[in-house]
Amino acid sequence: MQQTQSTKWMTHGEAGLMLFFAMAAFVCAFAAAKALDAPFAFHASLAAVASGVASFAIMNRYLDRPASLPPEEISGKPNYNLGPIKCASFMAMFWGIAGFAVGLLIASQLAWPLLNLDLPWTSFGRLRPLHTSAVIFAFGGNVLIATSFYVVQRTCRTRLVGDLAPWFVVLGYNFFMVIAGTGYLLGVTQSKEYAEPEWYADLWLTIVWVVYLVVFVMTLVKRKEPHIFVANWFYLAFIVTIAVLHLGNNPALPVSLLGSKSYIAWAGVQDAMFQWWYGHNAVGFFLTAGFLAIMYYFIPKRAERPVYSYRLSIIHFWSLIFLYIWAGPHHLHYTALPDWTQTLGMTFSVMLWMPSWGGMINGLMTLSGAWDKLRTDPVLRMLVVSVAFYGMSTFEGPMMSIKVVNSLSHYTDWTIGHVHSGALGWVGFVSFGALYCLVPWLWGRKELYSLKLVNWHFWISTIGIVLYISAMWVSGILQGLMWRAYTSLGFLEYSFIETVEAMHPFYVIRAAGGALFLIGALIMAYNLWMTVRASEADVGTELALQAAE
Amino acid sequence: MSFWTRHQIFEKNSIILIAGILVVIAIGGLVEITPLFYLKSTIEVVDGVRPYTPLELAGRNIYVREGCYLCHSQMVRPLRDEIERYGHFSLAAESMYDHPFQWGSKRTGPDLARVGAKYSDEWHVTHLTNPRAIVPQSVMPGYPFLAQTEVDTAVVADNLKASRIVGVPYSDEQIKNAVADLKAQADPDNVGTDAFGKRYPKAVIRNFDSKAGAPTEMDALVAYLQMLGTLVDFKLYNEKANLR
Repeated sequence: MQQTQSTKWMTHGEAGLMLFFAMAAFVCAFAAAKALDAPFAFHASLAAVASGVASFAIMNRYLDRPASLPPEEISGKPNYNLGPIKCASFMAMFWGIAGFAVGLLIASQLAWPLLNLDLPWTSFGRLRPLHTSAVIFAFGGNVLIATSFYVVQRTCRTRLVGDLAPWFVVLGYNFFMVIAGTGYLLGVTQSKEYAEPEWYADLWLTIVWVVYLVVFVMTLVKRKEPHIFVANWFYLAFIVTIAVLHLGNNPALPVSLLGSKSYIAWAGVQDAMFQWWYGHNAVGFFLTAGFLAIMYYFIPKRAERPVYSYRLSIIHFWSLIFLYIWAGPHHLHYTALPDWTQTLGMTFSVMLWMPSWGGMINGLMTLSGAWDKLRTDPVLRMLVVSVAFYGMSTFEGPMMSIKVVNSLSHYTDWTIGHVHSGALGWVGFVSFGALYCLVPWLWGRKELYSLKLVNWHFWISTIGIVLYISAMWVSGILQGLMWRAYTSLGFLEYSFIETVEAMHPFYVIRAAGGALFLIGALIMAYNLWMTVRASEADVGTELALQAAE
Repeated sequence: MSFWTRHQIFEKNSIILIAGILVVIAIGGLVEITPLFYLKSTIEVVDGVRPYTPLELAGRNIYVREGCYLCHSQMVRPLRDEIERYGHFSLAAESMYDHPFQWGSKRTGPDLARVGAKYSDEWHVTHLTNPRAIVPQSVMPGYPFLAQTEVDTAVVADNLKASRIVGVPYSDEQIKNAVADLKAQADPDNVGTDAFGKRYPKAVIRNFDSKAGAPTEMDALVAYLQMLGTLVDFKLYNEKANLR
């Protein structure tokens, strides 16, 4: 590093990546010109433009930067890399609001079908994957990337590995989301639930994800702390397992390298098993393990208490990741999947209740001696209530995985309600809590712009969630019972359409709940924006002075 | 050394931690998925299941493109009310050529595994164009654009070719005549209908959208819907033969 003071050179990474993007721009432009279908041409053009911009940005960044790269340490304190984290936090908020808004739209379409407008791009079938991908993978994914990059630096007391690599992860991941999301609207989909993106988007995600893994692990390797902090175990399990699931569920053969359509390698019953092995563990490792890592860092930090039990966290970690992987077949009860697989899936799903509640207890009991803070700190309240929702939905899940219960709940809105108690209550609230902590830390502010607004956000969203999930409980159980209702003469009592008609009031209530949740998120965005914009006088203590874990 | 001290090997070495994670998460998947590829009892032995005709496959691709699986399942469970409402419960064999499977997970609308031959073509065309014209309480989106869009014939043969590579047993002849077969199935007056009938025995030949001219996406989708669940003749199906 010393000799670069006098002469300025591009690093291998800068030169290589610039060259890569310059070449990618040409290849993509060529692909766009030769494309077999319009959506592929559109995506190839997007990729060409993005590659060109990336190449230019790397050059520009090189010209603007001093001769040497940012130092690892400044006067003995780690020089944390916060830029990519700021970007991912911002994108999380953006995608969150976009995803909640699309959710509100499709909830309204189910109540008032005219809102489908009878156009290809605005029909429920194309918008629903946009909603699920935007909230799970775009909002949730950006929260996970932001928090994992923050937590791994703090708890390892070292700067993130790589100069361009963290930016590549954040921007590359968000580019994947753009390709996936616009693809759905144009009808580009594999129609595998939560794995809808087509082959080229999947390939790009694989590259980004490997870089993510390398950055994370290499930062762990050069840590200054002897132990790897528990939150990092969960982040690592999340990153590794998502890679395995993504590769297992998505092997597909493109019809042409210049077209968007592909055929998945698996068929029928095997494809179903792969799909729900993937699908349920997208819940288990993306929406659970990753966010449990957030719980293990941000709750102790905000409550200023150590994690309740270190031993419990060891048991929690290994039992959770071991049992979760088995749970997939409970999505396929009473289907053409062999009975033995269904029974295995049910057994492990029921067992999964224990590590889930072990983790919940570990999170909640961290508050020991600090419960009074719930009255004064709405951010901590949000984090703690998220864990309570986690406990509720991880009780409901094992219950619904029991075959007799599932025979009623499957195919109904009960599933939708269950998912949302986990997604809005657990993932949503723990993410909001983490972002409320993170934004003042990242931008060096003492506190948020307004804790009062956090309080409003908390209550408006909580009412929204309660409306949402109770509406779905009633509609789900009602519809399940109506499907199997018999008259005294032994005939099915209701035609299918009568059960659809009965759903209408609950769909209206659900949409209202979703609207409240969206309003809460808008309040949050305003609050965070004002926090970042706060005048220099409010700037808090130096970041480097904050105690590391 | 206690268990808790031993565990430090994972806490102090990131590569061993990764290895531990990989081993622990591999077990469940291996046990549940691998046997499905070699246990003979997984997929029943039945007569009648055949690969989709080019027109049906084009229709299925539209079904996939529009995300129909988000509201319609294709999996009748062996429960009394479902069998009475939809028909015989679904067999694994019935989706053995499905890349991807479309069993679905939600019934905002009814199950479609056995919708074939239940309604007339005209019913489907009207219903797909404007569902509320037939079922006033329906919440389904309308798909009027299907009738105005011709099936893209440039990719038909390639679709069959790609399907064959992933395991669907299309013959060379079926791939060579894919476009001709697609046109023949949607037009009873076509000269190629006899040859088509030989390549796909029992496949239905009709002008599904009852419009003259090249096959539209409406033709394709209705052809697909009309064959769903009709391949296996359950009067002849012997359940006992598949108990192992």
